[in-house]
Amino acid sequence: MNARLRFVLALAGIALLVAAPWIGIPLPPIFSEPLSAPGTLNLLALCFIFGALALSYDLIFGFAGLLSFGHALYFAVGVYTAAVALARWHWSLPQALAFTFVLSILLPLVIGAVCLRVRDVQFAMVTLAFAQAGSILVMQNPFNLTGGEEGLALGVNALPAFLVGVENTRNLYWLALALLACTCAVGWWSVNSAPGRVWQAIRENERRVAVIGLNPYLYKLGAFVLSAFLASAAGIVYLLIEGSASPDITTANFTLALLVMVVLGGVGTLWGAVLGGIVYEYLDFRLVTVSGATQLQSLPAFLRVTLSEPLFILGVLFIVLVLFVPGGLAGAVRRLNPAFLTSSGSQ
Amino acid sequence: MSTIVLLFLTGLGLGGLYFLVASGLSLIFGLMRVLNMAHGALFTIAAYIAWQVTLPLLGGNLTLAWFAGIVVAIVAGGACAFLLEVFLIRPLYTRPIGQILVTVGVALAAVALVEGAWGEDMKQVLLPAWLTGTVRVLGANIPTSQLVIAAIALLVLGALVLFLRATRYGLVIRAGVENRSMVEALGIDVNRAFTLVFVIGGMAAGLAGFLAGTFFGEIDPARGTSMLIFAFIVVVIGGLGSVTGSAIAAAVVAIVQQFLNFYAAPGIGDFSVVILLAAALLLRPRSAEAS
Repeated sequence: MNARLRFVLALAGIALLVAAPWIGIPLPPIFSEPLSAPGTLNLLALCFIFGALALSYDLIFGFAGLLSFGHALYFAVGVYTAAVALARWHWSLPQALAFTFVLSILLPLVIGAVCLRVRDVQFAMVTLAFAQAGSILVMQNPFNLTGGEEGLALGVNALPAFLVGVENTRNLYWLALALLACTCAVGWWSVNSAPGRVWQAIRENERRVAVIGLNPYLYKLGAFVLSAFLASAAGIVYLLIEGSASPDITTANFTLALLVMVVLGGVGTLWGAVLGGIVYEYLDFRLVTVSGATQLQSLPAFLRVTLSEPLFILGVLFIVLVLFVPGGLAGAVRRLNPAFLTSSGSQ
Repeated sequence: MSTIVLLFLTGLGLGGLYFLVASGLSLIFGLMRVLNMAHGALFTIAAYIAWQVTLPLLGGNLTLAWFAGIVVAIVAGGACAFLLEVFLIRPLYTRPIGQILVTVGVALAAVALVEGAWGEDMKQVLLPAWLTGTVRVLGANIPTSQLVIAAIALLVLGALVLFLRATRYGLVIRAGVENRSMVEALGIDVNRAFTLVFVIGGMAAGLAGFLAGTFFGEIDPARGTSMLIFAFIVVVIGGLGSVTGSAIAAAVVAIVQQFLNFYAAPGIGDFSVVILLAAALLLRPRSAEAS
């Protein structure tokens, strides 16, 4: 495949995605409704958000080599800060966005500065502990802000009219698509920038980077903050689409799901992570439908019980992937066609 | 005064649970460099298996059922850890990140399996009468179960220290924590020590799973994950690979947690433990420059 053909194909793909809300064709095995139906657009929008979120996680895990177990916290910062500002303080959308952006830079700056004092496995444990603190905070419902276990729903009047209602699903779809495009652009630009190359050097051998005279700590902190900020941005769009914040997205299991997405797609490749996020969210959504299917009722009890737990299927899938497909989807594609793909930003 | 004694001693009970989970994690990491994310799953599975196996005994002698539960939980935890190590960790010895990821997969699948098999809601645990009573210590009424758990944890600490100090395998493990390649160079099969340490860690986690049922009066599928997170904090504060360090850190973390949960507000204690962790990291002399 030469560069021009690839460019044309990419352009056609993007045009198709932008035009999806006007294309009424049914795609029975993939979606249960036509492409332009609000249900399908909603699912696609969620897939895009998780693609962007997986990319943000891949920046820190795949490119800077930092195994963070606390990425859910930064997604939750985006979701909950915006939700509290809109629903509890009744701020306008621009005000809420500005406040959320400020917080989603300051918080990872402080937490990253502490966590990066240790490395490797201890870093993983410490980031997990901070994310757990965030989760506890949300569950405790301080000053009746976060809604605790019940979550926090945005009222009808909290958002501008063009973002509310079933008929406006297409606006949310485009918003999610734009988020994914921006995240991809920032991700591609950052890993190909000078600091991005230092991240990858740190991943390979941190001591050598230090010997050259660069300070790995500052570069790692930069990667940490950028990746957290992108996660928060994805969180804001997620809130707008879901219309409510649920404490599920603050838990350790949510970070583990992110890890599954990135490993599924391929660690250290941008498009692989995006693909992993999209496929994971799609599978998660469809597996719930499968678990509820009536055919399952006729199966023996043991099989029925295990198949009705999406996390069980995903966990087993993940183990199989780690054992037998180490590079994820991206690695599998690359093995089938070594010439494909030089634009992903990694080697 | 009696409140302080009560909080202190229940803190020791909770600290005992943390220690049982953290000591296995710490040893496994110290020797094998594996972060076992499935440690909480071992805790949960052992607790549920013990609950299921002792269910028929509950009509009769509850004391007998309780002791049987301990044995079943230890055996189940050890057996699951053995299977995990041999079938999933061992093929990935050359890929450290792969080992962590595979334990993540096990953690997700195992908790989902427990939820599928036994339901997401908590299960009540029936305890013998002598465990549900209280003992008067320095004017405070302390639940007997707390003292029993703290005592068992101390017993395990003693046994572990004795094992590490006085046996040949303990020597191999201690040497492996210090310098693994040197032990291998001396012609000692470290793989066997790996499996042994993993099984010991699993047994301790299983015991903790059962005792958590005694502590809280119920078992639920999510408990293992939250225990694992507090155990991580304990391990980082106590120092990786050190059993006595884990014991001291477990007691400190749990007591701080109990006092703040009581005097500040429920939940603040859990939260403050993370602050304690951040403080420990910031005050630690070994800064980001050390490797």
